[in-house]
Amino acid sequence: MRTILYLIRKEFIQIFRNTFLARAIFGIPIVQMVILVPAVTFEIKNIELCVVDKDMSTESRQLISTLQGSEFFLLKHTTFNEKEADDMLNSDKCDLVLHIPVNFGRNIIREGNEKIMVAVNAINATSAQLAWAYMRGVLQDYNADLILQNLHTALPARMSVIEITNRFWYNPSLNYKYYMLPGILVILVTAIGLLLAGLNVVREKEIGTIEQMNVTPIRKYQFITAKLIPFLLIGLVDLAFGLLLGKILFNIPFNGSIAILFLFACLYLIAALGLALFLSTLASTQQQYLFVVFFILMIFILMSGIFTPAESMPLWAQKFNLINPAAYFMRVIRMVMLKGSGFRDILPDIRGIILIGIGTISLAIWRYRKTV
Amino acid sequence: MNRFIGFVKKEFMHIFRDVRTLVILFGIPAAQVLIFGYAVRTDIKNAGIAILDRSKDEISTGLVSKLESSDFFILKKNLQSGDEIDGSFKAGDIKAVLIFEKDFGKNLLHEGSASIEIIADGSEPNVANLVTSYTRAIINDYMLELNKPATDSFMPVEPEVKMYYNPNLESQYMFVPGVITIILVLICALMTSVAITREKEFGTMEVLLVSPLKPLHIILGKVTPYFILSLIDLIVILFLSWLVFDIPIKGSPLLLMLESMLYIMLGLSLGIMISTMSKTMQQAMFISLMGLMLPTIILSGFIFPVEYMPGIYRFLSPVIPPRWFIIIVKDIMIKGTGFTFVWKETLILVFMTIVFITISTFTFKRRLE
Repeated sequence: MRTILYLIRKEFIQIFRNTFLARAIFGIPIVQMVILVPAVTFEIKNIELCVVDKDMSTESRQLISTLQGSEFFLLKHTTFNEKEADDMLNSDKCDLVLHIPVNFGRNIIREGNEKIMVAVNAINATSAQLAWAYMRGVLQDYNADLILQNLHTALPARMSVIEITNRFWYNPSLNYKYYMLPGILVILVTAIGLLLAGLNVVREKEIGTIEQMNVTPIRKYQFITAKLIPFLLIGLVDLAFGLLLGKILFNIPFNGSIAILFLFACLYLIAALGLALFLSTLASTQQQYLFVVFFILMIFILMSGIFTPAESMPLWAQKFNLINPAAYFMRVIRMVMLKGSGFRDILPDIRGIILIGIGTISLAIWRYRKTV
Repeated sequence: MNRFIGFVKKEFMHIFRDVRTLVILFGIPAAQVLIFGYAVRTDIKNAGIAILDRSKDEISTGLVSKLESSDFFILKKNLQSGDEIDGSFKAGDIKAVLIFEKDFGKNLLHEGSASIEIIADGSEPNVANLVTSYTRAIINDYMLELNKPATDSFMPVEPEVKMYYNPNLESQYMFVPGVITIILVLICALMTSVAITREKEFGTMEVLLVSPLKPLHIILGKVTPYFILSLIDLIVILFLSWLVFDIPIKGSPLLLMLESMLYIMLGLSLGIMISTMSKTMQQAMFISLMGLMLPTIILSGFIFPVEYMPGIYRFLSPVIPPRWFIIIVKDIMIKGTGFTFVWKETLILVFMTIVFITISTFTFKRRLE
């Protein structure tokens, strides 16, 4: 035990002697919080609209002003020329083009039916779907108005109407910062765990000091514990620091129990650090290690559901997430922080992360050799 | 010139000798294209929902089975009372709860109106939004069906939609240009900055500097292999996205290649700049990874549309080179437009490259004194 304490002290001295690292440990969270958390939003407002109005009747103008009146659309341009509208779509000057055909107004009144064409820039499928949904909503209202105005067009005797109300729990105004902050914290903790710990070991290998450690009588488990604990503490301190910043800067709520979150973070960091130590036994230079970690980090984070819903992924990807520690932490941190989920709610995740931790630590101990 | 070619050969040998780095160099792009193409989706599918049906009549069960039969939702739970809602959300397997009022069917038939409340889990705002709007759409369709004979004249204006560039609304159309953009800048900047600082850290830089090669040649020699490897990477990504996801290059492949070369040069000059600022490989890596990876993913418009970002970010985002290249790739690959549509973005990239090179020559010279 004494040996481990000495070793841990040595690690801390080494880490903080490197001023760049010491600064990075606290500088990176600040930069990430301040710059990245508020940046992300899927809130769609001001969809830029271009109208090709070939009719220029009272009805078409009425339709356009209904669209203008909605908070979602911003009328950018009106033209007669289809080519011009296509060019605007091509050059990203508008997101949506509405084509109103000739005799639009007359057909509505005489035939009671007319088709209009909507062209949406669909490269971003999500925005396109939302824009189209808003457009349909506005058109439905417009239709309802038309029917009321032209009572002579056979109004149904009785319509059955389902009234829909909706609410969002835990984040009533759908504030994206609530969603992003936990996600960014996961990246932060993971990056600290995987990068710093692994690089530390590989660096010792590369400059040869690891052989000095190898000739001492310390045991494998002592070496690994001593490498693990300092970075575990740094990770936890960074998490606390990040949470505090989130509270101060964005007033992010914390509905659950802080103790549960930190308990889970501990387990998560042990799993991540085990992985880092295992990977460091495979690499012989820092460059190699960095590329491997970069590769793994990217896959882990992007598949964990940080920006996109993890449940929408195909089955094999969801199976993969069973061995992806970041997926567990991503789910748990949002559940605990935003919904206030308790110990029993996250029990399956705790079980999963413990199994992964046992796996990675055993791999690390198995692969670490004291001989060259 | 001979000397220079010899030096480039030496650099190539350095890279090819290290199989692991090489695997990463080509493994990352391939894995990324596959992950983004197959796994990561921004839309919802099989989202868990729960029902709290206080009425349990023919109409409400009809609506529930309608929701179930769509690809979007899976009915996970039938709740008995409002108290169970919070617990179900906390357990985390449902995204929304639908509440039918008491006597839903009776009210609808006799009073002509009945109400449904949708409660969505706002901790994932994007999912909450999509789930709510999909549910609303399904309920509205159901309502029109119920009123079938009467609604034939209910839609005087019938909209028809045409999804341009991406008729099947595939997420890949958005992700492939993004992956190309991110991979190229990361590989270029990371690889060159590390390769140059490595020589510094090991002291071999001085050996190179006392050789008859000019500093400019040393730097050029260092980046040439990465220039060629990045181009191969680009071809691999384009080939994979064509082979696996059937995404063709609609515009001119030659123009796409030329623009990519410009962008690769920008990435390399960014790498050189990072290397002049850092003393150790660790520093170079931290700057490249932390400074480039996250801002690129978040601020370039790769996943989140730039137009909807809050105020200052719309001003911050233009500083990030990938933001412009992503537009170029989308225009040429997916929209099939020509140079007349991307000349502005191209000029911006040229300007940025010049700035990075100028900064690095100044800092590099100071080190040599």
